[in-house]
Formats: sequence, structure tokens, C-alpha cells
Amino acid sequence: MIDVIEALLHDAVAAGTTYLLGTIGEIITERSGVQNLGIEGMMIMGAVVGFGVTSTTRNVWLALAAAALIGGLVALVHAFLSITLRRNQIVSGLALTMFGVGLSGLLGKAYVGLPLPSKLPKFYVPLLGDLPILGPFLFRHDLLTYLSLVLVPVLWYVLFRTNFGVIIRSVGENPAAVDALGVSVEKMRYVCTFVGGVLAGLAGAYLSLSYTPAWSEGMTVGKGWIVVGLTIFAMWGPQRALLGAYLFGGVEVLQFRLQPYGVSASLLATLPYIATIAALLIGASERMRKRIGAPSALGKPYIRGEK
Amino acid sequence: MAERRSKEKEGPYAVEMVKITKRFLDVLANDRVSFSVTSGEIHALLGENGAGKTTLMNILYGLYQADEGEIYIRGKRVSIRSPRDAMQLGIGMVHQHFKLVATNTIAENIALGLQLGDLRTAVKFPWLFQNPLPDVERRIKELSERYGLRIDSRSRIWQLSLGEQQRVEIFKALFRGVDVLILDEPTAVLTPKEAEELFRTLRTMASEGHAVIFITHKLDEVVRISDRVTVLRNGRVVASLRTSETDKKQLARLMIGREVLFRLEKERVQAGTPVLEVRELEALNDKGLPALRGVSLKVCSGEILGIAGVAGNGQKELVEVVTGLRKATGGEVRILEKEVTNLSPRSVAKQGVAHIPEERIRVGVVPSMKVSENLMLRNYRTHEFTRGPFLDAGFINEHSRRLVGEYNVQTPSVNTPVKLLSGGNIQRLILAREMSGDPKLIIAAHPTYGLDVGATEQIRQLLLRQRKKGVAVLLVSEDIEEIMSLSDRIAVMFEGRIIGEMPAEEASIEAIGMMMAGMKP
Amino acid sequence: MKIEVARREVPTRLALILSSVLSLLLALIVAGVIFLGYGVDPIEAYKRIFSGSFLSPYGFFETVVKAIPLMVCGVGLSIAFRARLWNIGAEGQLLMGAIGATWIALSFPEAPAIALQPAMFLIGFVFGAVWGLIPGILRAKFGSEVAITSLMMNYIAQRILEYLVYGPWKGPGEWGFPYTTKFSVSGQLPRLLGTRIHYPTLLLGLGLSVALYVLTTRTRFGFEVRVTGENPEAARYAGMSFLRIAILTMLISGGLAGLAGVGEVAGVQLRLRTGISTGYGYTAIIVTWLGRLNSLLVVPVSLLLGGMLVGGDAIQLIGLPFAAIDIFNGLILLFVVGGEILMEYEVKVRFQ
Repeated sequence: MIDVIEALLHDAVAAGTTYLLGTIGEIITERSGVQNLGIEGMMIMGAVVGFGVTSTTRNVWLALAAAALIGGLVALVHAFLSITLRRNQIVSGLALTMFGVGLSGLLGKAYVGLPLPSKLPKFYVPLLGDLPILGPFLFRHDLLTYLSLVLVPVLWYVLFRTNFGVIIRSVGENPAAVDALGVSVEKMRYVCTFVGGVLAGLAGAYLSLSYTPAWSEGMTVGKGWIVVGLTIFAMWGPQRALLGAYLFGGVEVLQFRLQPYGVSASLLATLPYIATIAALLIGASERMRKRIGAPSALGKPYIRGEK
Repeated sequence: MAERRSKEKEGPYAVEMVKITKRFLDVLANDRVSFSVTSGEIHALLGENGAGKTTLMNILYGLYQADEGEIYIRGKRVSIRSPRDAMQLGIGMVHQHFKLVATNTIAENIALGLQLGDLRTAVKFPWLFQNPLPDVERRIKELSERYGLRIDSRSRIWQLSLGEQQRVEIFKALFRGVDVLILDEPTAVLTPKEAEELFRTLRTMASEGHAVIFITHKLDEVVRISDRVTVLRNGRVVASLRTSETDKKQLARLMIGREVLFRLEKERVQAGTPVLEVRELEALNDKGLPALRGVSLKVCSGEILGIAGVAGNGQKELVEVVTGLRKATGGEVRILEKEVTNLSPRSVAKQGVAHIPEERIRVGVVPSMKVSENLMLRNYRTHEFTRGPFLDAGFINEHSRRLVGEYNVQTPSVNTPVKLLSGGNIQRLILAREMSGDPKLIIAAHPTYGLDVGATEQIRQLLLRQRKKGVAVLLVSEDIEEIMSLSDRIAVMFEGRIIGEMPAEEASIEAIGMMMAGMKP
Repeated sequence: MKIEVARREVPTRLALILSSVLSLLLALIVAGVIFLGYGVDPIEAYKRIFSGSFLSPYGFFETVVKAIPLMVCGVGLSIAFRARLWNIGAEGQLLMGAIGATWIALSFPEAPAIALQPAMFLIGFVFGAVWGLIPGILRAKFGSEVAITSLMMNYIAQRILEYLVYGPWKGPGEWGFPYTTKFSVSGQLPRLLGTRIHYPTLLLGLGLSVALYVLTTRTRFGFEVRVTGENPEAARYAGMSFLRIAILTMLISGGLAGLAGVGEVAGVQLRLRTGISTGYGYTAIIVTWLGRLNSLLVVPVSLLLGGMLVGGDAIQLIGLPFAAIDIFNGLILLFVVGGEILMEYEVKVRFQ
């Protein structure tokens, strides 16, 4: 029985890493007022680039850097359209997702079905990893998972205890206030969007380099979109992001665990998506109760002089 | 570098703006404006809405760049390309619409971008990741003791009153060590008592050597607190005087360009039956806090009831509840005896209610759509406009042309998108639309805000005409003079209640002012 | 000589059309560069696509076949987008329409076509409408962004389809393929002689395109939709019920996508299977956006993009995967969206 729980917890965290990395990135982006619906595209580009670079160079670290970079570059396109050109952010994000999914299919054609020559190493944390339940839960994972866990308190500290965080939050709530003090609203949003893209790229690389590990066309199956929903569920805060990501990881794992019991795999596969909708509704009703909401300027391009 | 010397004092002016010109598309906002302030002086920039005062100060603060002209700070010619340049030169600005982040704490708002001004010494990158709060909170304590202004650095902005928020804005400027402080219409959101406190603070600052510039359209303030005043009209400087050498009448004439009638010609009209009755109305605001705590009032036909009060005391919510845009949590609203509490906006409108909204562009029109389409926004469902489910284009056009002519809406055609119209014409359009339904009750929220003199007079005359026809009018306005000259009765709102009510003849600015500050008569 | 760039408030119709055309061209160029990087001659690729899709009779008919679902979905999306309800869920609504039609077709194979086919369209519409209604209601009641909820419903619909064709609806004679049995003759939509063009759906599409144009521009409801999309605050002030508009709009949009699904399953595939839609619901978004949310323009644009999809089949022969089409779609949308900025400014050249 303990074995089952331990395995479940371990797998939930592993499955949740993609969600966590992506959500942390999107929280940063959305806190600054930019809605990035292109995460799916950035994620899948990160996946294919990560896989491709590993296959060619056998160097996983280089691959991670490349995946992060490509995620950031695609995010810069979104930033350009949304911030500088002030276009509709939803459509821009959608366009980038389509483009990213298509381009990744093209680039990845050669890698379908290939095994990964060099995997992301798993670190077994000494002593802590031996603990019952907690051990497999948190201490027998690979680097990216540890990174995602570390980023949670880091994000909290940066957002709420540093100058950078004050600026980011202010830019997302009242960009006019920030502009009047001589801080560039645009620059801040570019930086936050880029960071979001970098993390999305890493989230995708995690899928192809550690979680699966393999490359297939469209392998992100909407996880990028789920991240957008998770960001709302997280109320744009790191603690809830952690909770949400691992909850969803758990739902995903449950999907596979329940299959032997005769429930259709396909119907089980709907669980994450239904859960996302539920998460959105929970977030909405909490917003109405606690009156904390999305960053006030979310999705609205900033034009100086407009009230 | 030319050194400019002032006439009276040793040393250069703190600020000197020379022949500033600024154009926005076809509008000349500032036309060769020259303006100067010395340190230790409180200088008023006086003018009507649209005279160019805010534009001029926005140029000084770096939010806009002048097309022509020069700026000298302490005798040195400078180029101010952004607020950061302005701050580095020691210029700070407290805007009319506060630039505060509502969900953040006071300390966080003051800490925002704090050290960017001291960029000469700080290296940017590490600063980004430092925690500014302990330092800021300590300095807030010091400053509040020095200037006698209390603030709790951990409160969040949305919890503060407007007067307290303004205090935070002033703190922000003081933190950066400003030499020149610009205030844009600072008393617009203050009670008379809070305004007194502000003036005391400004005098302290001036005596310490700061230069204070404040933008206003209120003659009282100019006379009370300024050392010198510059009057702007239609983008030009009309006069620059020592306050002691002029009076309100002369200033008013300079501001408007002709003799001002301080009171409108108003006939006596017999008030009739009650049209609008509000009893013990309760409602929450957007933040879930009580905004209306038991409001009761009555407006009869042929009567204008003016609601005075500092913005934020429930007027907005009152208008919204009466027009069906906000839920009432208690009490009732009756129109012509019929209960309409919490009915939909459409049902309320059907009772013969016209609503002139406070935010005319954001709420009152659809800017991208045509004039004709906007003119039918409220009654497009009636049988004249439609043939079955279809819209009757012929009738719509004819109706629009008629209204445009009748209300003097200046537009190239009825098919012009409304966003190309000026503010005054948009308001005329809204009035045309609302009046055409032959309303029995008009709810007018700040109807002349931001309009030029011509439009303002036209709208006031229109309201008086409707009153003569027997229409009941509920007028909400921040302009006490407007309330006093238009209303038959005046009610003052304070903290969600009607704190006092009186016939207009018995009202005085002092009495209203006291009620606005919460003192019962 | 002085060049002045000024902000223009209202773009002219010519500017709108030109910018769409320009975006298409730019997308073709950039995609061409990508193909070049992949080792494929872009000129050759485009020649093949164009001739294959438009110049040969067989190709042209196939283009029409692909255009039909794009048209029907696109018309439905035009009204949703006008209300600013970003319905990304047309794909799922299409699938649900197909499922609905299949249910009827498999349940009443003996029924005469004259009764069966209208019933299939009706049920398909209803299924799609319900699928679209859900995100609409969630948006009105909870403020949840339609883009996200409708997209989630896409994945859910896909899985439901999979479940059905691998499970209870699997055709007994189909040996492991995820197919249902072929529809009975009366359940198969009639086709234009010699082609795969299922003309009832085509006629429906054309008719609906006109109907929705009239609805949007000439009726009370259309007026309400436009006001809601252009300025939701003013819509509230004018007494328009957002709930009502969201429900009706998403019902129409989802229902139309459902009709497209009926067309695909009963007119093209003649059975329900996975892969019944090659992203028509997503491509329809491009169609609608390129057509400037105008349901009449959707018709020619769907023909254009239909040709591109046919081309997608063709270019696989020269080594590009079908995913290359997504690259096109994405690029076109990117350039259309980005290009809109040009419409906000006009360049005046003054000779002095």
C-alpha cells in the first residue's frame, strides 16, 4: 500500500513539473500585464529543440539551454506583437501556438521514434531520499524538477520582497503609475514575457528529455493551454501554482493508474481538461468572494495618455 | 549656456519655460507659453478645462515633449525627455488621477522605482533584487513626523480615502527630494478641511525653499494660497500677476474672456408630484464595502435635485443603483410610484428614465460605431426603429438627422464613427439620444465635466428647459457652483448617506463645504 | 520632401483588404524561406500547390470539398468574434456535430434519406450548439475566458470521439481500425457528379453566409452583438443582457461548426473515425480573421485556404510533412494580426 502511495506521489510530481515550470513562467508574464496564450507553441518548440540538440550533440545541458532560448525567442515575437504593436493578445498567442506546433512537426520529423542518446540524470538526494513517502515524493527527481521546486520560493521572494517584484506587480495593475515614474512599462513587459517563454521552453524540454522521453508530433497535447488555466487557478501566486501543478500531475497519473480497471483510456484522458475548466471556475468563484483578481491591466496594451 | 536672471531675486528662476508650443493633431494646446517660478513661491496656473495647463505641466514633467520652446532649470537649459529626467532635475508631480497601485501597500508604492533617480551611484542589476521595504518604511516614519502627516506604511491603497491617497502621492515626491512640486487640481477630491491641511503642507514646503506649482480652475484657492498666478486661456498666457495685486473678478474675466454670470437665469417652477423616490437604499461598491448606507431622497417633477459631495462618497453607486446598473442590497427605488429596485437597466429606462453617464466615452457611446447607431443605442427595440427583427434603416437615418440638427451635434454625417467627434459633440449626442425618449426623469452625472464653455452652457440650459417642461432631474456634480446655480434643492452625500438637504436659496458654499466634510448642519 | 506619419482613426475598406493580401504574401515568403531551410524548393512547392488546387479540375473540386467545412465554421466564428467571444472551440464543436449525425445515422439506417439527412443536420447542429453553449455560459456567469474553456472542450471532444470509435461504435467488420460502419446509402449526403462535393452542406454554407451577414448588419440582434463586442460597458448601459447575447451567439457559432461536422462525416468520410477533421476548426479561425469577421468574405477566403489544405496533401510528395500547413496558418495569422498596425497609420508624402 505504501508502495502505491509512494509511486503515486513520485509520479505526480514528475508529471507536475511541466505544469509547474510553465505556470511559474506564465505568472511572471501575466503579473506584468501580458497574456501569453502561445505557451503551447513555446513548450513544443522547447521539446523538439531539446530533443534535437541532445540527439546531435549528446549534451543534455546544451539542449536545455537551447530549449530555454528558443522558448524565449518565440516569446519575444509575442512580446513584439502584444507590447510594441499593441495587437490582440489572444489571437497573437494562438497564432504563435499554431506556428510553433507546425514548425516543431517539421523540425522533429527526423527524430520521431528515435531513442534519446543521453538522458537528464536523476539525482537521488542522499539521506532525504531514503525517507519513507517523502523520499520518493520530493527527493528522487531530476534537475528540472528540483529547479521547479526551488523556483517557487524564489518567485515568491522576487515578487513580494524585491524592487523588481514591486515594479512587475505595479506594471500589471497600473502601468500609468509606473510610467509616470520614468520606468519603462514596455521594457518590463518584454523581460517578463521573455522569462515566461524561457520557462515554457524548459517545461517542454522536460517532456521530451525526461518525462516521456521521446519526441512525437504534437506531444504537448494542450499542456500549454492547461498552464494558462492553472495560472488563473493559482491566483497568480506561487504557492497555489505549486498546489495546482501537482494536483494536475496527480490527475494525469491517475489517468494511467485507472486504466487497468477497465475504464476507457480515452475517457480518462479527458480528466486533465475537465479539471482545467473546474480550476477556472474555482478561481472565478474565489475571485468573487475574496475580491482578489487578475492583474488589472492584464491583456490591455498600454498607451500613454489614455485613462 | 545662457544664465537667465529673475527681476526681483538674486539667482535664476527655479523653473523657466520659454515660448512653449505643443500641438496635438489639429489642436494647439500650448501656444508660445512662457512661464516662470522662483523657489519658495507658490504659483497657481489658472484656466478653464482645456486651457492647456495640464499639458504645460506634463511637458515640464517629461510626459510630453514640446514642439517648440525651451526649458531652464535654475538657469541651465535642459531637455526633459521622460519623467526620469524630470525627477533627476528635482521635479515631482502629483497628478489629478493618482498614479498609485491600488492593491499594493503604501510602502510598495513609494518604493516603486525609487532609486532610479539616484542612478549615478547605484548599479542597476543588484538593486533590482534588493528588498526596499525596511528602508522605505523607516523613512516614511521620519518624513511623516517632519511634515505632520500621518500614514501607515503597511496599508493598501484601496483602503485609503482619496485625501489620504493624495498624501501618499506627495510623499512619493518628497522621498525623491524634489525642489519643484507640481500639483494638478489637488483639491478636486478633498473636503474643505483636507484642503486646509494640504495648503498648510504646501506653505511649509514653500518656506523651506521648494517651488510649488498648482493647477486649478478654482478662483478661491488661487486667492487664498498662491503668491503669483498665471492665467491661461485657449493655450495662451493671458496674464501673469502677483496674487496680491488682483481679485477674483478680474481673474474670472481673464480666465473666460468676458464678464461671467455667476448665477444662471432660472425661472421659478412649481414642483409637482414625486417622480423618483429612494428609501433607505443600501448597496456595496466594487470592493464589497458598503457604499450606500441608507440613502433616502425624493425628486419631484419640474425640480432639479443637486447632489453635492466629494467623489467617492457613494454618488457613483447611487446613480448606478437608480438606473439598474448595480444591485441594491437593501431599501427601494420607486419611479412614479412603481417599484423598480433591482430591475434591469432596460426596464428602468422603459419607465421613462434618461441617464447621462459620468464616463461618456467609456460607457455612453460605442466609439467605433456610427452616429446613427449610437443615437438608437437606448431605444432600438421600440417599434419605430424596427420592422420585425430587422432594423428600419430609413427611419434610423431620418431620426438621426433630425436629432443631429436639433441638438447641434457637429459631425460630417450621421455615418461618421463617433470617435471622430469632439467631447462636447459626444455629450450633445448622448443628450439628444436620452432626451428623444421624452423622459420623465433625467439622471445627469457630471454632465459638463471636461467640456468647453459653449457646450457647458448649452447643456445647463437644456437641463433647465427640461425642468420647465416638468421633467424631474437628479444632478450629480463636483462643481459646487454648478449645483448651486442649477438646483432647486441640494443634498450633500457623505460616507454613503445624505448628510443634509436644503433649498438652494438657503444654501451657501460654507454650509455645503462643511457638510461635504462630514459636519452636520 | 517631407514624410509624415499620422494616426488614422478609421481604416478604409481598401486598406483592410490590402492588408489581408499583404499578410498572405508575407506569410508565403517566410514559409518559403523555412522550406528552403528544409531543403525544399519553395517555388516548386507553391507551383504544385497552386496548380494542384486550382488549375486541375480534380484539384479544384477537392479544394471546394475542403472549403466547405472552413466556410460553415468560419461563418459561425464571424458572429462569435464580433461579440469578442474568442471561440477557439470550433474544432470540438465540429466533432460533436459529427458524433450527433453518426448517432442518428447508425440508429436509423433504414430511414429514407428525405427524413434521415435533415434529422442528421438538426441533431448535428444541436450537439455543436450545446458544445459551444457551455463556454459561452461559463463566460457570462463566471467570466472564464472562452478561448481557454472552448479549447479544453476540443480535447475533450476528441477523446470522446476516440472512445466511441474504439469502443461502443466500432464497426464489427472493420478489423481494428477505429471506424464505425459505413453509413447506409440514405445516410450519405448526395454529391455533385464525379466529385466528392457534398452539395447540401455547400448550399447550407452559402445560404448561412448571406443569412449571417444580414443578421449581423440589419437586425436588432446583430446590432446587440456588435455593440457588445465593440464596447461591453456601453452594452450594459444600454440594457443589453450579456448572458443572452453570449448564449445565442455561441449557440449559433457552435451549431454551425456542428453542421460542418455533419458534412464531413456524412458527405466526405461516410463513417465516423478519428482524424475526421484535419484542424478545420482551427483553420477556420484564420479564414474568419482574414475575412475581417465578415461572413460574406469568409466564402472566397475559405476557398483560398481550402486550396492550401489540398496543397498540404500535395506537398507531402515533395518531402514536407502535413504539419507544414500549421506553419502557414500560424504565419498568416501572425502577419494579419501584426499587419493591422499599418492600418492605424497613414503615410503622407509632402513635396515642398
